[in-house]
Amino acid sequence: MADAFAPNAFAKTRDMRQAAPALVDPRHGTVRFGARTVDVDALDWDVPVDGTVYGTLLNFRGALDSLAEAMNAPPYKEPPKAPILYLKPPNTWIGHGKPIPLPDREDAVEIGAALGVVIGRTASRVKAAEAFDFVRGYTVVNDVCLPHASLFRPPIRQRCRDGFCPIGPWVIERAAVTRPERLTLRVFVDGGLRAENSTAHLVRSIPQLLADVTDFMTLSPGDILHVGTPEQAPLARAGERVRVEIEGVGWIENPVMREAELGAAP
Amino acid sequence: MKRARIAYAGAVHDAAEVNGRLRLADGRFVHEEEVVWLPPVQPRTVFALGLNYADHAKELAFKAPDEPLVFMKGPNALIGHRGRTRRPADAGYMHYECELGVVIGRPAKRVDRAQAYDYVAGYTVANDYAIRDYLENYYRPNLRVKNRDGCTPLGPWLVDKADVPQPMNLRLRTLVNGKTTQEGRTRDMIFDIPFLIEYLSAIMTLAAGDLILTGTPEGLVDVKPGDEVVTEIEGVGRLVNFMVGDDAFYRGNA
Repeated sequence: MADAFAPNAFAKTRDMRQAAPALVDPRHGTVRFGARTVDVDALDWDVPVDGTVYGTLLNFRGALDSLAEAMNAPPYKEPPKAPILYLKPPNTWIGHGKPIPLPDREDAVEIGAALGVVIGRTASRVKAAEAFDFVRGYTVVNDVCLPHASLFRPPIRQRCRDGFCPIGPWVIERAAVTRPERLTLRVFVDGGLRAENSTAHLVRSIPQLLADVTDFMTLSPGDILHVGTPEQAPLARAGERVRVEIEGVGWIENPVMREAELGAAP
Repeated sequence: MKRARIAYAGAVHDAAEVNGRLRLADGRFVHEEEVVWLPPVQPRTVFALGLNYADHAKELAFKAPDEPLVFMKGPNALIGHRGRTRRPADAGYMHYECELGVVIGRPAKRVDRAQAYDYVAGYTVANDYAIRDYLENYYRPNLRVKNRDGCTPLGPWLVDKADVPQPMNLRLRTLVNGKTTQEGRTRDMIFDIPFLIEYLSAIMTLAAGDLILTGTPEGLVDVKPGDEVVTEIEGVGRLVNFMVGDDAFYRGNA
């Protein structure tokens, strides 16, 4: 007798027209679509959502603290008041296993482990106390960037390059993540642990961030708001394989490859 | 051809201007004021330029940049012709920005400026409102200034490239309640359209439908609830927007 299929996530592989319900088993590294159970690495993954992807800057306490002295001097002049956001446009999105292109003349990319909050209902001017009602689930975002010391101008060159945002492999349903405010994030490069932090160290908690952001901009179903990347993001070089892992949500692995080796069309 | 997206009689339609009138794809002619105008394009990625006219850069007391100042917007920011834009009660200085919008026609990666126009589908008018009170010096201009719901009116039309033979020599102007407050010419851009396409496509792949808002000249003034703000570009369109205060915007929600 077949087990009942009780999905805890949804995901999209490249042969699917749209994302489908999935049962993810993080311990065994398997994912089940309907009756079919397969190894995560055996699939050709697409990104699981199709909305707008926003990132949040300086939302880890350590990241904010590391700028504490500079914040009162030009060009910043004072600490930030509202959430600082940026976009990760569709050209940056890649699925699990796909290569992150390292641009010519760059030595390394920064690996930003980020919890992606996936919006389930149109969220406009939501109250923090009700914010989780608007959350469909969570996904792993690897917010890749070129190192940049100045945070004064928008980071198009640094953050918006093709392939600079692995997302997925799945979106885990909100109900399957019991304590989103205490999730451990880890970055591995070639199997070695390079960074570890926790969503316990957010400046704005998930509900507070959703309240402050949707005060001025509406988030729609399928949008992702990632809640920030920790301080001291590890670097990865060509030929290395990076893995961002978020406890209870999943992991995403991608090799870093020279842009030139990937051909003209990423 | 000038194309539009509108809502009329319970459905969303593609429409076009025919002899000065608005014709739906099914052949019906409708009046400009009996339809709801939607943004003429639905871009996946919206770029906007800051400080891209020498005079405006001077007005804002910055030196002209040596690299384009580019930021991005989400789809929440866009609204159509004749839309209403909210001015929050606590805003002290909210100004319009009349901008030429360039719509990309096909995927563009590492495009040389000499071929850049091959990748353009057409043009539209944008009004990239800003509320200066909310400016902060992190990833400036920050999204709280530039990605507010409904603060980027767009349209009325997507005008085919072929119908705008000299995009770098167009007159722009803004009228507030019928009075001209901003005037300029696209030839005064610091980074012109071919440069911007080369620059952006060297960083990333542009997709069909992506939109580049090319910046605004000098002449920014504070606009108030009740104002009619018209941003106009010669040969491209005349985009009307109505400023509303919190009371009118949320009327009925009390």
